[in-house]
Amino acid sequence: MSINGKTLATLKRGQKGIINFVDATDPQVLRLMVLGLVEGAELENAGAAIGGDPMEFRLFGCGISLRQEHARHFKISPVAAGD
Amino acid sequence: MFNRLTGLKQRIGNYPGVTVERHIGILKFDKTTTELVDLPGTHSLSAHSLEEHITVDVIFGRMEGTQQPDGILAVLDATNLYQGLFLVQQLLDLELPVIVAMTMSDAADKSGIGIDVERLSQLLGGTPIYPVVATTGAGLEKLRGAISDIRSQTPPARIALWPELSAVADVLASTATEPVRFAEIERLLIDGATETNQPILDKLGHAAGGKLETLRDELFGGDPPIAVDARIRYKWVRETQREVQRSTPRLHSWRTRVTSFLNRPIPGTIGLFVVMAIVFQAVFAWATPVMDLIDAATSALGTAVVNTFGAGALSSLIADGVIAGVGSVIIFLPQILILFLFIILLEDSGYLARAAYLMDRVMRSVGLSGQSIIPMISSFACAVPGIMATRVIPNRRDRIATILAAPFMTCSARLPVYALLIAAFVPATQIGFMNLQGLVLFGLYLFGIVAGILTALLMRQTALRGPKPPFALMLPEFRRPNLQTVFIELLGRAKVFLYRAGTVIFVVAVLVWVLAYYPRSDEIAVHVEQQRAAATYSLSGSELADRYRRIDNLAAAAQMEQSWLGRAGHFVEPVFAPLGWDWRVSSAVIAGFPAREVVIAVLGTVYAVGDEADIGTLSSRLKASTWPNGDKVFTLPMVIGLLIFYACCLQCAATLAVIRRETNTWRWPVFAWAYMTAIGYIGALLAFQIGSA
Repeated sequence: MSINGKTLATLKRGQKGIINFVDATDPQVLRLMVLGLVEGAELENAGAAIGGDPMEFRLFGCGISLRQEHARHFKISPVAAGD
Repeated sequence: MFNRLTGLKQRIGNYPGVTVERHIGILKFDKTTTELVDLPGTHSLSAHSLEEHITVDVIFGRMEGTQQPDGILAVLDATNLYQGLFLVQQLLDLELPVIVAMTMSDAADKSGIGIDVERLSQLLGGTPIYPVVATTGAGLEKLRGAISDIRSQTPPARIALWPELSAVADVLASTATEPVRFAEIERLLIDGATETNQPILDKLGHAAGGKLETLRDELFGGDPPIAVDARIRYKWVRETQREVQRSTPRLHSWRTRVTSFLNRPIPGTIGLFVVMAIVFQAVFAWATPVMDLIDAATSALGTAVVNTFGAGALSSLIADGVIAGVGSVIIFLPQILILFLFIILLEDSGYLARAAYLMDRVMRSVGLSGQSIIPMISSFACAVPGIMATRVIPNRRDRIATILAAPFMTCSARLPVYALLIAAFVPATQIGFMNLQGLVLFGLYLFGIVAGILTALLMRQTALRGPKPPFALMLPEFRRPNLQTVFIELLGRAKVFLYRAGTVIFVVAVLVWVLAYYPRSDEIAVHVEQQRAAATYSLSGSELADRYRRIDNLAAAAQMEQSWLGRAGHFVEPVFAPLGWDWRVSSAVIAGFPAREVVIAVLGTVYAVGDEADIGTLSSRLKASTWPNGDKVFTLPMVIGLLIFYACCLQCAATLAVIRRETNTWRWPVFAWAYMTAIGYIGALLAFQIGSA
């Protein structure tokens, strides 16, 4: 875990974060890395389905939805809102 | 894009051995003809799904029956350069001419992304980039010209992105026994010595095989190669984007507002239900008048044939076999066309992905995935388009589980049988605010849903056990669908159904006719003549016509009883006797196996009320029907059992044909048929035995 324990799964709606560590040991996470969820990518939480899962993110203007269980593998450093 | 470039000049086939469709289009420009192959979309050249494997194999020229392509046309979405450039940049390693068609450039300009196309082309090693607007067709002509000329284009310069990998690749290539391309070695290094990469390994010779793993270890140092590759490439993509793109998209159009509203949990879910209700209503209600029309037209045509050629084997074959057979194929078209019109509109507008995303959690809890929702809902109208719609499910196991669950949904062909039996045998008592008849109908719908869900759960625990794939749906912005594209896709769907499923349905319809018609008994025919003659002697006017009709109906029933179908009914009577069915019900059920809606017509014939009899006459005849010892055949437990049998049993050749087509094996349709028949039998047995005890 990163120091502040923040992952994509802990982002609130409208908050942004930059991925700073990907736990690439899970083969399922590799698929997501191919989609661009790598260190340095900036994502914004753009909503969620009922019950908060799956979650929707904006990745450079493109929408992508992730299940919570996968979002947890991506550690982030927060970005100030209104960037 | 493919549709815009080639229009209707397309051929749809299948790749050898798999269900993935091969779309080939012809592009004519000046005097050159270029063959375009539309490949399934992929995010990367390292393939995971079946579709991606096809794409990669065709690009590498490894696909059976296809040649190495002369060049590649990459479609790059200007509003999503991030993921698009990741793939385009891999394509540059192929040492093939590449053309980039940049779509959505109008949307990108409007939202202030502002892409420096010239600079991007330079950064992509001189790859020509053609901005096009698919909706208006702007830029298409230029693109067509460039495609026609692709053979004379030089491949773009490779980007030295990862010098370490290039060096290792050179080492491997130096000992190769056959010429091998950099991109192939690159794939081998990243993806490892997988089955798909075997041809590459063969080209490199024996020495390379031994070195490969050591080299990979040195190169990636224990990290998963795909992760390392993704990190390096996306880093380049971000740098490139920073250089050519004025700003990251901050869309503030109506689309964004709609999207933003719909990704709140509650409005999103409500919106989904509204959309679903409209689709369901359309497929169910709008199709009915057209289907009635087709039905009326087929029977009118059949009657006309009988009137023109007189009664006889040939006219019966044409009327009841061929015309009814063709009718039973095209009767599905209205529902299929309406459903697919909606699905294509939803898909092209970007809503389908959102629907899958919203329903993911619910569907996951029953062993399916979010994408299963549309096929399941559609199957309430008809399982045929429902099963065809499972193509949106990328995971094979999820897809087959959905295909097996879909036929349990109460389709519109079950409804007439339900309506007949419920109206005749279930008392219309009020229970609370509900009517018992309505309650039974509702119960049957619920029964279908529960049975379907349990089937899916069961399958995912047993034969279709496997890991859940990562659920990463791209959720595109809403956009206006292009009508030409929608039309072309719809036409393609209709064609596929008519060719592939239609032929099976037709053959089966003619087969049932043969079984119900032959052998003819001369004795009955002679008897009919005698009775007619006697009637003519004693009666006249409308009384005579009525008597004639009665004689004909009784004769048809007698002929049916001694036909192969009737004999089969007698033969299997012992099998169905524990369910309380006599030979009449048994033969109607047998005749209904190819198409369950036939049952009513067959019941009409065996109960000698004519196959076009009104339901009232038929149901009073059913109520009066007795066993030889005088006991009633249609008791309430027997009827409940029969309803359960109908709710389960896969009595539909069209569905079986479509399952065969969509799974590319007879294994699944045979399994589905046996499984559902067994459940129906056991259900009916329990209902009858417990109810009669």
